[in-house]
Amino acid sequence: MVASDDAARADAAHTPLDQTARTVLDEQDISRALTRITHEILERNRDSSGLVLLGIPTRGVHLARRIAERMSEVEDRTITAGALDITMYRDDLRLKPARALEHTEIPDDIDGKVVVLIDDVLFSGRTIRAALDALNELGRPKAVQLAVLIDRGHRELPIRADFVGKNLPTSLVERVKVSLVETDDLDAVAIRGESA
Amino acid sequence: MIKNLLSAGDLDRADAIRILDTAEELLGVASRPIKKLPTLRGRTVVNLFFEDSTRTRISFEAAAKRLSADVINFSAKGSSVSKGESLKDTALTLQAMGADAVIIRHHSSGAPHRLAQAKWTKGAVINAGDGTHEHPTQALLDAFTMRRHLTGSVGGDLQGKNVTIVGDVLHSRVARSNALLLDTLGANVTLVAPPTLLPVGVDHWPVKTSYDLDSSLEKADAVMMLRVQAERMNASYFPSAREYSRRYGLDTTRLNRLPDHAIVMHPGPMNRGMEITADVADHVRSVIVEQVTNGVAVRMAVLYLLLGGAADESTTEDSSTKDRE
Amino acid sequence: MTSTVIRGARLLGAEPTDIAFEDGVITAVGDGATGHDAIDGTGLVALPGLVDLHTHVREPGREDAETVLTGSMAAARGGFTCVHAMANTEPVADTAGVVEQVWRLGREGGYCDVQPVGAVTVGLQGAQLAELGAMADSAAGVRVFSDDGKCVSDAVLMRRALEYVKAFDGVIAQHAQEPRLTEGAQMNEGPLSGELGLVGWPAVAEEAIIARDVLLAEHVGSRLHVCHLSTRGSVEIIRWAKSRGIDVTAEVTPHHLLLSDDLVRSYDPIYKVNPPLRSNDDVEAVREGLADGTIDIVATDHAPHPMEDKECEWSAAAFGMLGLETALSVVQQTMVDTGRLTWAQVADKMSTKPASIGRVENQGRPLAVGEPANIVLVDPSAKRTIDPRDTASLSRNNPYSGLTLPGEVVATFLRGRPTVRDRALVEGSNA
Repeated sequence: MVASDDAARADAAHTPLDQTARTVLDEQDISRALTRITHEILERNRDSSGLVLLGIPTRGVHLARRIAERMSEVEDRTITAGALDITMYRDDLRLKPARALEHTEIPDDIDGKVVVLIDDVLFSGRTIRAALDALNELGRPKAVQLAVLIDRGHRELPIRADFVGKNLPTSLVERVKVSLVETDDLDAVAIRGESA
Repeated sequence: MIKNLLSAGDLDRADAIRILDTAEELLGVASRPIKKLPTLRGRTVVNLFFEDSTRTRISFEAAAKRLSADVINFSAKGSSVSKGESLKDTALTLQAMGADAVIIRHHSSGAPHRLAQAKWTKGAVINAGDGTHEHPTQALLDAFTMRRHLTGSVGGDLQGKNVTIVGDVLHSRVARSNALLLDTLGANVTLVAPPTLLPVGVDHWPVKTSYDLDSSLEKADAVMMLRVQAERMNASYFPSAREYSRRYGLDTTRLNRLPDHAIVMHPGPMNRGMEITADVADHVRSVIVEQVTNGVAVRMAVLYLLLGGAADESTTEDSSTKDRE
Repeated sequence: MTSTVIRGARLLGAEPTDIAFEDGVITAVGDGATGHDAIDGTGLVALPGLVDLHTHVREPGREDAETVLTGSMAAARGGFTCVHAMANTEPVADTAGVVEQVWRLGREGGYCDVQPVGAVTVGLQGAQLAELGAMADSAAGVRVFSDDGKCVSDAVLMRRALEYVKAFDGVIAQHAQEPRLTEGAQMNEGPLSGELGLVGWPAVAEEAIIARDVLLAEHVGSRLHVCHLSTRGSVEIIRWAKSRGIDVTAEVTPHHLLLSDDLVRSYDPIYKVNPPLRSNDDVEAVREGLADGTIDIVATDHAPHPMEDKECEWSAAAFGMLGLETALSVVQQTMVDTGRLTWAQVADKMSTKPASIGRVENQGRPLAVGEPANIVLVDPSAKRTIDPRDTASLSRNNPYSGLTLPGEVVATFLRGRPTVRDRALVEGSNA
């Protein structure tokens, strides 16, 4: 597998559900996973005031907001999540026509804070590599942690998640589709094999 | 997305809004501690200026450098290049040096088209002002500035906004590009000038025209004053600078007749006292300095969208697919 | 010289017949035509050798663009047996010496008769009359005088020139362009010039001069020729002038019959010409004018330019287009195939009339017994896709590049001697 396949692999990950798709997480599973991740983040970091939650667009941002809501309830104060677009830091920009940029919104100064990056699926690790580069130019966090809803394996870089909703062993020909009500019709994670 | 940016007319509504939205994101880079993105690392951008324009050149230069491109400034002004042969030879030289983009400013209308269509360079060609033809990035930064002030909506256009452009339309590349782009974005454009400074056939443009500035102010959301060179009066376009500024200059009295939300724009450089009084130029409703700031973000957006992706247009992007892990 | 017979060619487009000639003179037409050398004219149209009243051969001075010889060869390939060489050379053809040199070079080349045009004013400067009489009396026998490329804009000078050339039956061929109205002009003034940001060349700058000149010609009782007329207004002024009995003739170029200003949108200077390509309405007007006789002749304004003067940005490029090798095809496409002119009328407008305006004896004569054997055979059914490299000219500024045009010159005879045979130039024609 060469680096350039990342984009192609990922494209395939969001083809619409068809008959061969198999739902692996439903709405309740996702909700429970996010609640668990929220608690794990709080347990690990103790002081929520030193946390900055940054979702990676598009679905990572929705997940970050959901985690921030849960965290706000637990901590009894308003915690907002930000967004970190990594498009300009990608290593595969020249493989496709220029992409539109997503919105970047950093809710707080990140210097000396613990930044928790939040994304939907961890796959090759290249998106997170780009996110680390982007963070580097915004400031100097005390630490960076990573939370993902799905870890499907097949890393191409030495990157791992600190908080995982579900480990989902997949083969490279399989595709993982995360749907969230904010952008899709339902909350679900589905997997499907190579189309016939 | 188009391969070259030669004319504001090359942009459809989706392209134009995409550039404006991208610029909106890139505007934030200027306020960061590290004002640089790695996106165009290893790419070579040439500023090919056959005509003096320090402000446009440094705006493009800042934009390219913030995207980490290597920038080569080629100023052909002052040297003996006046014959077209040199445009070809210069372009071939730049091509040999591996220019990924050529930003060209030229005194001859259509020179960027020649550069792009004669295939003397394989790089993207960006028109930074050609003769009395067009200046598309200026129109984009103007539209960007208007959108921020008049609608504030990312993703949107300028539907229904009234823009009055005043001055030497005949010789203005800014006016041509703005007329095309603002029409694409749904704005209503009124060109105001003495009849001598409106081109023959302006009735074919997607604009309204007027010879009377005072009647064109009450409904304007934005007023754009064009630079008028005093030497035009020597060619009898108007009798005197004084008469011009009396009939077509923007002073405080006229400013006060604009709606409260209206903004005053000028592409620069200004002739204070000619088309605009110093009071108006420095007025709180003047966004002239902001136009300069926005210019860098818009040019970054253009460079990113033209150079940031694959050169091959055959792979079309599904905007809903974000590759991810 | 051996005798030649052309068998079965359609004389002026009429029924097939035979034409025989010997020693440069037509000896028989129709029954009884015989000759040692027989040429199959089946499917071909026979016309008198074409005469161009407006050619730029660039020699002396710009032999890199064209010489008298290469221009003559291009002319032969286009079916011409006589061209008028315009005076804007370097030095300007404003003395007997220069016009005799050009005339002699044409003779030596042997591909067609080169009839020099003399400058109206010294150095084309529009200030002082050139020695028109000396040029008229020279071996070149100049009868056409023109500052072409520049307009004789001074009304007094124009009046004097019109009057002066009456002494030797000369004619002033005016390049009608009001200079102040066309300062820096780059293209037809209209909606497109405003859109493209190119300085406009308004129709009125042509029409105002033509209107003035026909009135001057009427006033002093001289004949006037108007070069490369290009606008509807110009056609109307000439029509009016002729209706008043003013002795005026007018020409239109092939490119103004076919091409219009929307080509400028490409900013490719191959379409830069003076007067500029006009609107589609103007194109229609000049076609009408040529069909109804308001416009007397087609003249090429063949204007060679080296590559570097065209391979550049628009405003730096030279004005002008090649025309000799494509003129007949353009006329066939725009006028014959559209039913607006017969081949006989084409012969009138491209041979008889231009020779008469230029007072060239032995050119533009009928294809009849006893007349000079200046003949062109055209294959009207041929189709050519124009390739600028396929030319005898030294230049390549061909605006029809890539277009498919009808008609091809199969043979050209200059006083019975083939300059073109089997669709190809006969090398060393004068040998």
